[in-house]
Amino acid sequence: MSAADFRQLAALFPDETVTHSYVQDIELPSVADKPSTGTFALITLDNGLDHSKPTTLGPNTLVELGTVLEGLKERAARGEISGVGVTGKPYYLVAGADLSAVKRLKEREHGLWMARLGHEVYATLSNLGVPSFAFINGVALGGGLEIALQSNYRTVSSGAGALALPEAFIGLVPGWGGVYLLPRLIGPENAVKVMIENPLSNNRTVSGPEAYQLGIADAMFEPADFLERSLEWAARVISGEVTPERANAVDAADAAVAARWAAAVESGRAFVEAKTSNAAPAPGKVLDIMEANRTTTQAESADLECATLADLMQTDEFRATVYAFLDLVQKRSKRPAGAPDARLARPVTKIGVVGAGLMASQLALLFARQLKVPVVLTDVDQERVDKGVGFVHAEADKLLAKRKISADAANRLKALVTGSVSKEAFADADFVIEAVFEELQVKKQVFAEVEAIVSAECILATNTSSLSVTEMAADLQHPERLVGFHFFNPVAVMPLVEIVRAPKTADSVLATAFELSKGLKKTGVLVKDAPAFVVNRILLRLMGEVISAFDEGTPAEVADTALRPMGLPMTPFTLAAMVGLPVAQHVQESLHAAFGDRFPVSQNLQKLIDNGVKSLWVPGPDRTPVIPAETLSLMSFDNRPSGSDEVLRRTQDALAEEIGLMLSEGVVAGPEDIDLCVILGAGWPMFLGGITPYLDRTGASERVNGRRFLPPGVASAA
Amino acid sequence: MSQTRSSSPQRSIRDVVFVDGVRTPFGKAGEKGIYAGTRADDLVVKCIRELMRRNPFLPAERVDEVAIAATTQTGDQGLTIGRTAALLAGLPRTVPGFAIDRMCAGAMTAVTTTASGIGFGAYDVVIAGGVEHMGNHPMGAGADPNPRFMSERLVDPAALNMGNTAENLHDRFPRITKDRADAYAVASQSKLAAAYGQGRIQPDLVPVATRKAGQGWTVNSVDEPPRPGTSLDDLASLRTPFRAHGRVTAGNAAGLNDGASACVLASADAAEELGLPVKMRLVSYAFAGVEPEVMGIGPVPATEKALRNAGLHISDIGLFEINEAFAVQVLSFLDHFGIADNDPRVNRYGGAIAVGHPLASSGVRLMNQLARQFEEDPSVRYGMTTMCIGLGMGATVIWENPHHAEYALNPHSTAETTADTVTATATATEGAAV
Repeated sequence: MSAADFRQLAALFPDETVTHSYVQDIELPSVADKPSTGTFALITLDNGLDHSKPTTLGPNTLVELGTVLEGLKERAARGEISGVGVTGKPYYLVAGADLSAVKRLKEREHGLWMARLGHEVYATLSNLGVPSFAFINGVALGGGLEIALQSNYRTVSSGAGALALPEAFIGLVPGWGGVYLLPRLIGPENAVKVMIENPLSNNRTVSGPEAYQLGIADAMFEPADFLERSLEWAARVISGEVTPERANAVDAADAAVAARWAAAVESGRAFVEAKTSNAAPAPGKVLDIMEANRTTTQAESADLECATLADLMQTDEFRATVYAFLDLVQKRSKRPAGAPDARLARPVTKIGVVGAGLMASQLALLFARQLKVPVVLTDVDQERVDKGVGFVHAEADKLLAKRKISADAANRLKALVTGSVSKEAFADADFVIEAVFEELQVKKQVFAEVEAIVSAECILATNTSSLSVTEMAADLQHPERLVGFHFFNPVAVMPLVEIVRAPKTADSVLATAFELSKGLKKTGVLVKDAPAFVVNRILLRLMGEVISAFDEGTPAEVADTALRPMGLPMTPFTLAAMVGLPVAQHVQESLHAAFGDRFPVSQNLQKLIDNGVKSLWVPGPDRTPVIPAETLSLMSFDNRPSGSDEVLRRTQDALAEEIGLMLSEGVVAGPEDIDLCVILGAGWPMFLGGITPYLDRTGASERVNGRRFLPPGVASAA
Repeated sequence: MSQTRSSSPQRSIRDVVFVDGVRTPFGKAGEKGIYAGTRADDLVVKCIRELMRRNPFLPAERVDEVAIAATTQTGDQGLTIGRTAALLAGLPRTVPGFAIDRMCAGAMTAVTTTASGIGFGAYDVVIAGGVEHMGNHPMGAGADPNPRFMSERLVDPAALNMGNTAENLHDRFPRITKDRADAYAVASQSKLAAAYGQGRIQPDLVPVATRKAGQGWTVNSVDEPPRPGTSLDDLASLRTPFRAHGRVTAGNAAGLNDGASACVLASADAAEELGLPVKMRLVSYAFAGVEPEVMGIGPVPATEKALRNAGLHISDIGLFEINEAFAVQVLSFLDHFGIADNDPRVNRYGGAIAVGHPLASSGVRLMNQLARQFEEDPSVRYGMTTMCIGLGMGATVIWENPHHAEYALNPHSTAETTADTVTATATATEGAAV
């Protein structure tokens, strides 16, 4: 076989942005007293585009690289070259497989070819007849890092940004040899960390220095002369003067290693279970292959990797992840649907926050830290004001102690946040947001007072989670200046802001809100003024179904674990406790008022609230959650229990119904925005595609609405 | 060192030594040149990092100044390049830097200026160098000459073009014919080729990785401009772009080039304290002005002044590294001092006609080469680096060879000398030399 045998596959992708393999011959420097160590062929992987367009590996790219490598192998056989290196254009080695190409591989057979093509090319790289080197100058993800792993030696730049094998996150396996080579190179425990724990922890990556510490690279050089140093090092390796020591490398045949290997796989499985409830196939497959390949040859592992990749490429979970990750989080979030022209946005040079409670203080911290503009908090008495400002100052000190910010930055942050008992402090603010008690009259009163002080252009915003922004604006002199700006807890972490347009909200006000959310490093999604907007409406519809099942007599452990196949970040009862039972009930009541029985108000839940119970589950004697007898005694149940399958199915149907209604009401521009909201606001997994791809693939959409949310193939196997 | 830095009624001056110098390979300016698409500041950074790597006994925080010359100080040569290059090279933020300009003698002036600071006690160790990316910064680009130069005939407008000044120099010295200039140029090429063959150029070069669209990365470790094997016949047919039927051609002049250089200078005391090598000791330097229309004659008065400052005679100088902006300018210098065109003391490794002349970087190249020749030839006691400068100037620096037998007999390298003693020594030396 040769790379050219895959031309048929490459021809399926005429529009691929090809990353070319440019070769330059370089005379290696002399080492010690010896003359030059010969001619070194350096391959640069470069797509000819600037740093905003990462280099990726598609079929045409791989065929070109493979053909180049085969040519170099012949030159090596003729004695013309003494070594081969691979490096990348500035900031990238390679950012991994071209997912938009992989996603278009409609046939399993094509996916298998793609997997085989990678192995064909990388096998040439690792068996050139002369030493091969990877000079990891920057980002190296997935198949990009595997190029480095398949090389005989590696250097890494201390300035290299992100190195990772993120396949388990994407819905694939590191199947171009990574899953075989990495545990041998850096030890099974580290390999599980890189291939499983990091991908499943918000797709974490490692830096150049971390990669060097792990043993992924044999040598590390600073970015200022990374390539020159790397070549000098390569010359010393070729001359035999340097032999890299690989402290973490293991011999898989060693009995002690076998035990470590098994333990690492087991700990990986526990991690996957905890993070995903095994709701997606890929992470488990990574561990399956790793477990199997300890005793296989690399070629046997390669066959398993190819077969697994071909299977996974055709899974709905993989397609949904690519949709969620590429189409939504990377693309749609940067160009919010329905956002007015950014040029309409007004400058925001000072911000007012009404209220000095916990939410208000968190907002003040976020505004001051990210926007670096003065923020003034107001509340009814000095004590509350002092507490709010004190919170921000204490957080600044914590950031300083953790070395997240410098002493000067901490001083600046503290100086930016001040407090007052008088709303006169808002006189020169450009944007005033309220975070006071969730009561319409209270908020209307606040805005009336603020409007009497601020300029006619000052934007007013509400962080309400369930009240009507339209009603809030009703009595304002300038109702066009009010916009909903709804954050999610914890404010510093969750990346979503629902930007709520009331009927009179001006475009310039909306544009400012979007620019502000960008400045806060959040994603703004435009939503219509509808009860509870998007995320809370979906969460409460889900919670309502599960609590109803519980109230009907379904045992708590059945009701609360019924949604495990979805792999949500936490169970409904845990979520309710985290939000706070009274808050959950309050929002549920307002949704009930708006939509009736779709959002039932649980009497059992009310009894818990009335009796000060904060959570249904409490840690039992062996730390497994239990429901205390006194909690149970507060509640009464019907005798209509459901099985977990029934609870799951009725929840799927409820979600399909609710989202169908939201879309027909025009709450958001499309199902993509629903998905973006639940990913960024509720942390729902990408392998669900947010939620609508999951509802499509489980049939709920068609059961309830008679049609899918997304056409086949957009976020699913075709 | 604190005692030497305090101000005292009897101010003492200190000896300055050249510790080490490097340069990038020189490239041809323009889109096809090796540094097309490479930044000038990055070239300087490579030099500084190489110096620090080659001198592990020099703690980075002991560098008191980074002086980098560039003729055009905009774009990638702007923003106070001595400071930016220091930061980009990873020197500690406590290390200051500045930019300096004297056109072709930029790096040479960076050396003399910081050396004076060492002598005065302001610094112990400095990095001095220069850069010119003439591809990114064509000569005179962005300059706005004062109209008074023309209206008051302060300077012949032709003097702003260096090629014209070289033709003017041929006019002034009819003995210097085109044939002589071409013969000198051929020798420059062959001397450089020989030096390359003997591995005498390569040790001072720092490799530079460059990347070009559609070609990928490569590493440059040799000079691009040289044309080994150039013959008189090759040169005879070249155009004379500055004057019809003139004498100055691309073959008997330095080209337009890209490159950078840098060196470490130290007080003799600091070098001893830190265990730094001493490749040369600074004896004297001088700059002098001449008519801008014949700027190439500048090295003559500069050299006379530097010799006078040192109390030396031209016959004391055993090695000359003279910049070859134009063959005619070197020949006018040699004629003035009665030195033969092919004198083996002059430009043993060839010169800028062969290797190139990225304006503000060339001064340190001359020093690197003189230092290496000192090492090769301990019989030579004194050597000279000299160059002409646009707008009518010359620069000369005289150095002493630490490998010479009598060097150790001198108290230069250890004792501190008062200004009075220096004068006395100088007088004595002059007496001895006559």
